[in-house]
Amino acid sequence: MSNESTIGWDLDPSDGIVTLTLDDPSQSANTMNGAYVESMRSTVERLQAESDQIKGVIITSAKKTFFAGGDLNALRLVNRENAKEFGEFLREAKGQLRTIETLGVPVVAAINGAALGGGLEIALATHHRIIVDDPKAVTGFPEVVLGLLPGAGGVTRTVRMIGIAQALVGVLTAGQKRFKPAEAKEIGLVDEIVPTVGDLIPAAKKWIAENPEAQQPWDADKKYKIPGGTPSTPSFAANLPAFPSNLRKQIKGANLPAPVAILSAAVEGAQVDFDHALEIESRYFIELATGQVSKNMIQAFWFDLNRVNGDRGRSADAERYRAKKVVILGAGMMGAAIAYVSAKAGIEVVLKDVSFEAAQRGKGYSEKLVAKAVERGRSTQEKADALLALITPSDKPEDAAGADLVIEAVFEDPKIKEQVWKEIEPHVAADALLGSNTSTLPITGLSEYVTRPEDFIGIHFFSPVDKMPLVELIRGEQTSDEATFKALDYVKQIGKTPIVVNDSRGFYTSRVIGTFINEGIAMLAEGVPPATIEQASSQAGYPAPVLQLSDELNLKLMRKIAKAARDAVEAEGGSWVQHPAEGVIERMLDEFDRPGRLEGRGFYEYAEGKRTGLWPGLRDAFPPVEDPSALALRDLKERMLFIESIESVKCFDEGVIESVADANIGSIMGIGYPPSTGGALQYVNGYDGGLAGFVARARELAAQYGERFEPPASLVERSERGEPYSDELVTASA
Amino acid sequence: MPATEPLIFDAIRTPRGRGKSSGSLYTTKPIDLVVGLIHETLSRNPELDPTRIEDLVLGCVTPIGDQGGDIAKAAAAKAGLPHSVAGVQLNRFCASGLEAVNIAAQKVASGWEDLVFAGGVESMSRVPMGSDGGAWAMDPATSFENYFVPQGISADLIATIEGFSRDDVDSYAARSQSRAATAQAEGRFSDSVVPVLDINDNVVLDHDEFIRADTTVDTLGQLKPSFQMMGDFGGFDAVALQKYHWVEKIDHVHTPGNSSGIVDGASLVAVGNEKIGNELGLKARARIVATAVTGTEPTIMLTGPAPASKKALAKAGLTIDDIDLIEMNEAFAAVVLRFARDMVGKDDEQALLEKTNVNGGAIAMGHPLGATGGMILGTLVDELHRTGGRYGLATLCIGGGMGIATVVEAL
Repeated sequence: MSNESTIGWDLDPSDGIVTLTLDDPSQSANTMNGAYVESMRSTVERLQAESDQIKGVIITSAKKTFFAGGDLNALRLVNRENAKEFGEFLREAKGQLRTIETLGVPVVAAINGAALGGGLEIALATHHRIIVDDPKAVTGFPEVVLGLLPGAGGVTRTVRMIGIAQALVGVLTAGQKRFKPAEAKEIGLVDEIVPTVGDLIPAAKKWIAENPEAQQPWDADKKYKIPGGTPSTPSFAANLPAFPSNLRKQIKGANLPAPVAILSAAVEGAQVDFDHALEIESRYFIELATGQVSKNMIQAFWFDLNRVNGDRGRSADAERYRAKKVVILGAGMMGAAIAYVSAKAGIEVVLKDVSFEAAQRGKGYSEKLVAKAVERGRSTQEKADALLALITPSDKPEDAAGADLVIEAVFEDPKIKEQVWKEIEPHVAADALLGSNTSTLPITGLSEYVTRPEDFIGIHFFSPVDKMPLVELIRGEQTSDEATFKALDYVKQIGKTPIVVNDSRGFYTSRVIGTFINEGIAMLAEGVPPATIEQASSQAGYPAPVLQLSDELNLKLMRKIAKAARDAVEAEGGSWVQHPAEGVIERMLDEFDRPGRLEGRGFYEYAEGKRTGLWPGLRDAFPPVEDPSALALRDLKERMLFIESIESVKCFDEGVIESVADANIGSIMGIGYPPSTGGALQYVNGYDGGLAGFVARARELAAQYGERFEPPASLVERSERGEPYSDELVTASA
Repeated sequence: MPATEPLIFDAIRTPRGRGKSSGSLYTTKPIDLVVGLIHETLSRNPELDPTRIEDLVLGCVTPIGDQGGDIAKAAAAKAGLPHSVAGVQLNRFCASGLEAVNIAAQKVASGWEDLVFAGGVESMSRVPMGSDGGAWAMDPATSFENYFVPQGISADLIATIEGFSRDDVDSYAARSQSRAATAQAEGRFSDSVVPVLDINDNVVLDHDEFIRADTTVDTLGQLKPSFQMMGDFGGFDAVALQKYHWVEKIDHVHTPGNSSGIVDGASLVAVGNEKIGNELGLKARARIVATAVTGTEPTIMLTGPAPASKKALAKAGLTIDDIDLIEMNEAFAAVVLRFARDMVGKDDEQALLEKTNVNGGAIAMGHPLGATGGMILGTLVDELHRTGGRYGLATLCIGGGMGIATVVEAL
């Protein structure tokens, strides 16, 4: 640990105001690490020692951001064994802020950039928060996304500042929400906005001069009342029972301990005094930090996400590609949406279809989206017009002249694909990146239709494109590293997260999600009531229940994919192992003619395009067991989770996917694998008992539900070696 | 008869007043509801020496404010009972009144006490239901983990699972109303319902005022479901469905018309052994044969009466066929229907319902939470005497997932 202080001290003798500048010399951003706590310890001691000369304190930062938050490297190592020491660390860090808060002189936070998590918590411990009017100076509590809570006073202070309900819904469980200065002021997280960074200190000094007696309201007034009341206030108490129930409804019963802990800490803390509320908050924080879910989520949403969005082996100063003009082939649902996200990133788009009318209709999708954004105040007419001006609908290949990127999104038919590629290639730039948005056809095969297969790559978007954060890049046999990096740059350019996989049937995501859907459908044949199947998938943490999802994807398509897979296996002389779901799909299509939502009839019934409920005929078609209460919901949930993990292990073994981070992020962001698991491979690591526990449970499931749950040999060996799935280990052993 | 056999000497109650400010008992303090019954018991039994009363055990479900601070001891004092009479308030939610009687019976059966007054009180117009908080509903960590839902959601869940339609529950409710109206008209309650008087001895209320004799299935059918909003916007349907995962959605069949009414009232039962009865000239009207409580799954919550009844019957060495009359608290119509099904199965449930709540129940007359158990026990003993029946069963469903039952034999 560095001995250099992470907090600068500057006492202005003219006014007695100390400016504390957060500036960790070992990192580009400040975090609440050991060095910070040490520096703060001596800072607080000095503040106390020199208190007779000090008239006020300003806390600011020398970094681009104000303060980044907790030290995730350290947090990930917290466990039941060292929880006590961690508790001491936490107590000290919180005690320091409490001391500053009660120093007896006004303390102001001069927020020069983003103050998230721990950064916001430091700011909340001051008496007045001034933020610079810069859209990058965002505030918020991302902790819940990492399975944690704001444990440095964030729960306790927001509850006291803005009330339990407002703090919970608006701030503490808002997760990814980042408040721009004006929003933060409206909520009450900051008090004052100044135009530039240079205005911060003068404004802070002015406030200190005008408010020499400043105190937190909860310290100034012993009878301070929390806005909106507490459980002892009848009007609040009347609504309180609906807080946990609505939370359950919102998270659909998934294993997400953080929002439950936040709710508990907020309500329990409101019933005791400030200092004891901090203690309650710490207990819940430690419980979360030592639990598996936060480990999983920190792994996925910090370490893995950084890795997949990182340099991927390219030197940091290597030149980046920026697409300037993209030609999108096919103005159907996917093509139209890809046009939108590209134009939104400022890329010139030629949206080409066989007829101008079809291309024009494709542009209509963007027109609708921007109109809605303007209407809701999320965009301006000017921006909307600029975006639309970038999209040129066309039926002429020559409009593609000079394009440096092609994304083909036509019907999944090799003949049509061949035709459009042969037509367009001569018109685009000689070094244009050639991408296909196919989700089913092997990339290597498609690359034969172009003269530069090394520049050909799969760029697999997910629907709805403007909402889904992931893009799966598929390398064909001949795809070059350069083309891969260009594709990665494009994905970054449009603000999405990439994973890179190698060519194989279904690539990574489609292949894995297929096992999930099959597992859910197979349960019907076993007499599991359909409502139970839906609950099992939701309670496992999947964003869409499995039968609902298969209605969206359509059983006809699933049968087609299964048939293609079967043909391929048989063509290679293998024998196809029939999945129990196939029989259900067969009957749903051939006996009941219920393919899915598109036709308005599937596992669900639909009226005017709206899902109205499960098809009552399912009861007769697949009679449920006599006593559904005897069904093991845990088995049902774990069958879905396990089968996708096992398929991911196979993809890893086969080289379809080469990094653990790609598997984890791809499974969560692409196909809805539950975030609390940390992803399809992290789930194996984090399962109760680790890899050995996973292997033992997989064998149990195999014995009861079928050989498909048998753990792959590589996994068994890995568990014997005690080696979790980790990119760090892969690198280390390479 | 063993010397410690617990006997019921008297079981009286106040009339039930509508539990709101327009209700007749709103101006009467809860303590005075109890005091009136103590005075009446003493005046009915002139030889009863009050120094022989050892304890006053009262059920009360919302023991705060007017009902707080051990209302039993306060009531004993205000009634002018000797200082030697102790008092305790207990809370087993809706079963509190019967629990009080059962505890009194157990005190006597143990041989450690000879004469105990027991019963309950609830002024729902003055102390609103739920206003005492409690971790079950109010502590998020507890409630979240245990899938807490309010009783109405549980009742609707029972109806959904059992397939009780709106018509089924409304039919049951209409029958409760007509039975209660008949019983009242024929004076079947008049021996045990003691008018509530004011401090000048003017009658405040002398009859159950909640009964609506003109109720029909049609009029009931026009009422709006009570728990739909709570289920949707309160998130409670989702909670129940996460636990009862095979149910797709909850059918909200319960309304104010087929659920128990919110009312004010009190009950008091004198329990003692044969020896003290003889000494004080008390006539035994029934003996308490067995009592039982059980815990059940808390989200569906209201399925406890059948297991509790089976347990009590087994202790008594009886079967359901030995029972001539049943008082099953009508918290919600579906709870009674489910109880009958659980006891004897679908084929025989109608027959069981014929001898259940023959004089109506809480749907018609209301459910003054802490008092109801003592009230229905009294009604049961009265009706056994009137009809010449021998064995009776009183049972209630209980918040938090419990059931209670008491088997009595008329003497």
